[in-house]
Amino acid sequence: MSATHEATPPTSELNYLNNGWTWQSWLLTGDHKRIAMLYVISITVFFALGGLFAGAVRLELITPQGDMMDAETYNKMFTMHGVIMVFFFLIPSVPATIGNFLIPIMVGARDLAFPKINLLSWYLYVIGGFCGLYAAAVGGVDTGWTFYTPYSSTYSNSAVIATAMGAFVAGFSSILTGLNFIVTIHKMRAPGMTWGRLPLFVWAHYATSLIQLLGTPVIAITLVLLMLERAFRIGFFDPALGGDPVLFQHLFWFYSHPAVYIMILPGMGVISEIITCFSKKHVFGYHFVAGSSLAIAILGFFVWGHHMFTAGQSTYAGMVFSLITFAVAVPSAVKIFNWTATMYKGSVSYETPMLYAMGFIGLFTIGGVTGVMLATMAIDLHLHDTYFVVAHFHYVMVGGMVMAYMGGMHFWWPKMTGRMYPEHWAKLSAGLVFIGFNLTFFPQFIVGYLGMPRRYHAYPEEFQVFQVLSTAGASVLGVGYLLPLIYFTWSIFKGEKAPPNPYNAKGLEWTVPSPPPTENFRIMPVVNEEVYAYAEQHEEKALV
Amino acid sequence: MSEHAAIAHHHHSEEHVAHQFDNALQQYESGNLGMWLFLLTEVMFFGGMFGAYTIYRAWYPEAFEIASSATNIPLGAFNTVVLIVSSLTMALAVQSAQLGKTKRLVWNIILTMVFGTAFLVVKYFEYSEKIGHHHFPGSSFVWETPAPREVQILFCLYFAMTGMHALHMIVGLGIMTWLLVNAIKGVYGPKYYNPVEVSGLYWHFVDIVWIFLFPMLYLI
Amino acid sequence: MRISMNKTLPLLPESASDIAPEIDLLMLAETAFSIFFTGLIFLVVAYFAIKYRRKSEADTPPHIHGSLMLELAWTFIPFVMILGFFVWGTNVYFRAYSAQPNAMEIFVTGKQWMWKVQHPEGPREINELHVPVGRTLKFTMISEDVLHSYYIPAFRMKKDVLPGRYTYFWITPTKVGSYHLFCAEYCGTQHSGMIGTVHVMEQSEYEKWVSGGDESMTARGEQLFSQYGCVTCHLADGKGRGPSLVGVYNSMVKLQSGVVVKADESYFRESILNPRAKIVEKYQAVMPTFQGQISEEGLLQIIAYIKSLEKEEEGGTPQQ
Repeated sequence: MSATHEATPPTSELNYLNNGWTWQSWLLTGDHKRIAMLYVISITVFFALGGLFAGAVRLELITPQGDMMDAETYNKMFTMHGVIMVFFFLIPSVPATIGNFLIPIMVGARDLAFPKINLLSWYLYVIGGFCGLYAAAVGGVDTGWTFYTPYSSTYSNSAVIATAMGAFVAGFSSILTGLNFIVTIHKMRAPGMTWGRLPLFVWAHYATSLIQLLGTPVIAITLVLLMLERAFRIGFFDPALGGDPVLFQHLFWFYSHPAVYIMILPGMGVISEIITCFSKKHVFGYHFVAGSSLAIAILGFFVWGHHMFTAGQSTYAGMVFSLITFAVAVPSAVKIFNWTATMYKGSVSYETPMLYAMGFIGLFTIGGVTGVMLATMAIDLHLHDTYFVVAHFHYVMVGGMVMAYMGGMHFWWPKMTGRMYPEHWAKLSAGLVFIGFNLTFFPQFIVGYLGMPRRYHAYPEEFQVFQVLSTAGASVLGVGYLLPLIYFTWSIFKGEKAPPNPYNAKGLEWTVPSPPPTENFRIMPVVNEEVYAYAEQHEEKALV
Repeated sequence: MSEHAAIAHHHHSEEHVAHQFDNALQQYESGNLGMWLFLLTEVMFFGGMFGAYTIYRAWYPEAFEIASSATNIPLGAFNTVVLIVSSLTMALAVQSAQLGKTKRLVWNIILTMVFGTAFLVVKYFEYSEKIGHHHFPGSSFVWETPAPREVQILFCLYFAMTGMHALHMIVGLGIMTWLLVNAIKGVYGPKYYNPVEVSGLYWHFVDIVWIFLFPMLYLI
Repeated sequence: MRISMNKTLPLLPESASDIAPEIDLLMLAETAFSIFFTGLIFLVVAYFAIKYRRKSEADTPPHIHGSLMLELAWTFIPFVMILGFFVWGTNVYFRAYSAQPNAMEIFVTGKQWMWKVQHPEGPREINELHVPVGRTLKFTMISEDVLHSYYIPAFRMKKDVLPGRYTYFWITPTKVGSYHLFCAEYCGTQHSGMIGTVHVMEQSEYEKWVSGGDESMTARGEQLFSQYGCVTCHLADGKGRGPSLVGVYNSMVKLQSGVVVKADESYFRESILNPRAKIVEKYQAVMPTFQGQISEEGLLQIIAYIKSLEKEEEGGTPQQ
C-alpha cells in the first residue's frame, strides 16, 4: 500500500466515498450513492441560484415603484426563480438525492435496476441545467415559468427556446429516475421484503415515479411544440391561424399539476420515516398512508383545469375539475392525521429532523386548506393570479417540501456522509427557517385577497406594508438556509464520526455502516420483521 | 438464499448478468419491465400531439379534409408496408437470437435497418415535395386553392408528428447498429437475448405509431 | 389618487358588486373552517410532542397499528364537509359567470399595455371605465395580442381576455366609488402598468357622462361597413353576392356543409377574418378576408352595426 493520502483504505474501512478518488470513479460511476451525491451538489447550486433570483424579486418589492431594476429585468428575475426552483430543484430534489441513495438499500438491493441509466439521468439534468444557465447568460427569459402563449411563442424577446430546452432535457432526467425506481421496487426487493413491509418512503417514491412516467412526456411534447412554433413561426397556438392559446394551457397543466405531486410526495415519504423514528413507534395506519400516496398520484391527473377557471374553459369542465380537486385534498389530510396519531403515546424527541417534520405538518396543512379555498371556483374568480396563489404554493412547496428535504438531509446526513452535523446550529437554522418562512409568506395571503396581482413589478402604495414584511421574512429565511450550507460542509471535514444507527431507527439503511460500502450489504439481507418494528425493538431490549 | 451465492459474482459469459442483479431471470424481467415502462412514456409523449390533432380536427373538419388531400398517399402506403415488413424482420431477429442462430440474427438486423433506411429516404422525398409546394407552415406557406386558413394547422401537425416519428426511427437505427455490432461478435444467444427483445419492442412501437399516423394524416 | 379601501375590515378590499358579499361570506366560512382545522392540528401535535416527550431511552411506546374506524371517520367526515363548500362555491360561481338578461353592454379590448373600452353610446376610454350603479353589465372582451385578464378586485371578478375570440362576463356594481382595475394575466414588460380605475356612478350622473356627444358604435360601424365595401355584397334583400345581414344576429344559420350555427359575435368576427371557414348555404366562397385590415375595435363596431339591423317589415322572411 502506498503512503500517499489517496491510498485505498483497508477493506474494513472501505465505503462508497473513499472507494476510489479519480475523476472517472465519480463522473463515470454506476454507484447509486455516488450519483446521489453528485445530485446533492448540483441541486444545491441551483437552489442557491434560484434563491438569488428570489432575493432580487423581494428587494425590488420593498418599494411600490419599480425603482431598483427595469420592468423587463424584474420579469426575468421572477421567471428564472420559478423555472429553476420548479425544474431544477423541486422536481429532482428528494428523489434524485435521498431517493437515489436510499431506495436500493431500503429494498435490500445492491443498486438500482439500471445504474447506467441512473448516471445518464444525472448528465441529462446537468445538460438541462447548462441550457438554463446559458439562457440566463444571454439575457434570461421573461415569460413566467408557465410559458403561456402567445407571449412566449411570438412576442417575448427573451431566451425562450434555450430555457424550454433546459426544462425539456431535465424532464428526461426525471422520467429515467422514475423508470429506474419502479423497476427496482418491483423486481429487486430482498427475500422477505414484501410490498406490505416496504418503508413508506419507498411507497411515496413509487407513486411519484408513476407520475413522472406518465406526466413528464406531456410537458416534453408541449415544450417541443412551443419551441417549433417559436423557431419556425408555425402556429399550433397562434389564433391568427386558428390555433388556440388555451390549448397550450391544457397541455402545460396536464403535466404541471401532477408535477406538484412529484414534488411533494417524496417529501411526505421523508416525513413518514422521521415521525416514526422520533416517536419510536410504528406508523399509524400504514396501509392508509401508502394508499393515500397512490390516490394522490391518480387523482392528481384529473385536476389540471383548476388552474384555468378564468381562462375561458367551459363552466361544466370547471365544475368537474373543482370537484376532483376537493377530492384530492382528502388523501393528503389522511396523511396528516396518521402522522399526528403516530405521535400519540410515542416517545417523542426533538432532534432537528423531527423539528422539520413537525413544521411540515403545520405548514403543509395551511398550504392545503388554502388550496381548498382556491379550488372553490367562486373564490378563485377573485384570487386567481393574485398573491394569494403565490402564498398557497409557497406554503406547500417551501413550508412543506423544502422543509421535508431539509429534514431528510439532516436525518440521513450521518448515513450518507458518515459525519454528524452540529445539532445546536441545526436547531437554530430550523427555527430561523420556520419563523422566516411564515413572515415571508403569510402577509401574501392578505395582500392577495386585497387584490394585488402576482408578477407585478410596481404596485399601488396601499400594498406596501405587506410586501415589506414579506421581504423582512425572506432575509431571515435566507439566513436559515445559508447556515446548513456552512455547517454541513464543515461537518464533512470536522464533524463527529457517525455510528451506523445514531437515532436507533428501524429500516435496512440503518443496518449498514455510515457511510455504506459500495455494494451496500456485505451479506444480502433477508427480511423477517415488520416495517417500523419499534415495539419489537423495545421487547428485544427488555429481554436483555 | 445462501450467503455464498449472495456475494458471488456472475461470471457466466453467456448470461452477462450485471452486478446489481441476483440472477439472469431478474435481469431479464427488469429489462422487459423497463422497456414497457419506457414505451408507456412514449405513448404519453406522442399522445400530446394526438390530442392536439383530435381537438383541431374536431374544430376544423373541412380544413383538415382539404389539407390532407395534399398528402402523398402512394408514398405513405409504401412506407407503411416497408415498416410492417421491417417489424417482421425484427421479430425474426429476436427469434433467431433465442434459437442461437447468429447468422440469421445478423441478416435480419441488417434487413430491418435497410427497410428503416428506405422509410427515411422516402420521407426525405416527401418532405422535399411538400416544401417545394410551399406547404411547410410558417411565413412561406401558400395554399393554391381557396380554403380556410386552418389548413396550415394540419401541416403543422403533419411535420411535427411525422418529424418526431422520423427522429424515433433514426434513434432506432442507432440502436440497431449497436445490436448489429454485438450480434456479429456473438454476444447474443439462448441464454442472453434480452437486448434484442427489448430493442424489438421499441421498433414495433415506432411501427405502431406510424400505423396510426398514416390514416390520420393521409387517408381521412 | 388613493383608491378607498374598506375601512372597517382592512383585510378586505371594497365590496362593490352583487357577487362580492357572497364570495366574502364563502371565504369567511372557509377561513373559519381552516383556522379550526389547522389550529386543531397545531394544538394536537404540540400537545403530543410535549405530553409524550421522551423520558428515557428505555421508553417503550405501545404497538399501535391503526384503527379502521378512525381512518374511515377522518376520511369521510372532512370530505363531506368540504363537499359542502364545493356545492356552495359552485352555486355562487354559476350565478357569477352565467349570462344575465337585459344587460348593458361594454366592449373591452386589451392590448400591451392598456385597456380600451367602448360604450355602445359612443364614449371610448383608455384604462378607465365609467359604469352606472345598479345596472347589470355585460362585458365582451378580446385581446389584440397576448393573453390578458380584466380584474376588478372590488367586484371580486376577473376573466381572461384572449386573442382570437371573445370572452364575456356579467356583473352588477352595487356601490358608488372608484376602484382598482388590474391586468391579471402576465402579458410582458409593462404588465404591472396595465392598470386603471373603475368609476361606479349614480345612474343620473352616468347618463350625463355617456351622452357626451361621441358617435355611437353603431354609427361608426355603419361607416366601416360602407368603407370596406361590405354594403356592396351584403344587400338587404339577400340578392347580392353575400347573404343579407338584417335580423341575422343570434339566429340560426345553415351552412353549405349542412351544419347549422348560431350567428353570434364570434360568428361575425370569424366571417370577416376567415370567410372561407363558414360559407352560408346557396352562396359562393367569394368574400375576401379582412385579416390585418380592421382593428378589434373596428370589428366590434361593425358587429354592433350588424346587430342593429332589424327587419323593417312585419312578417318578413326569416333568414334561413
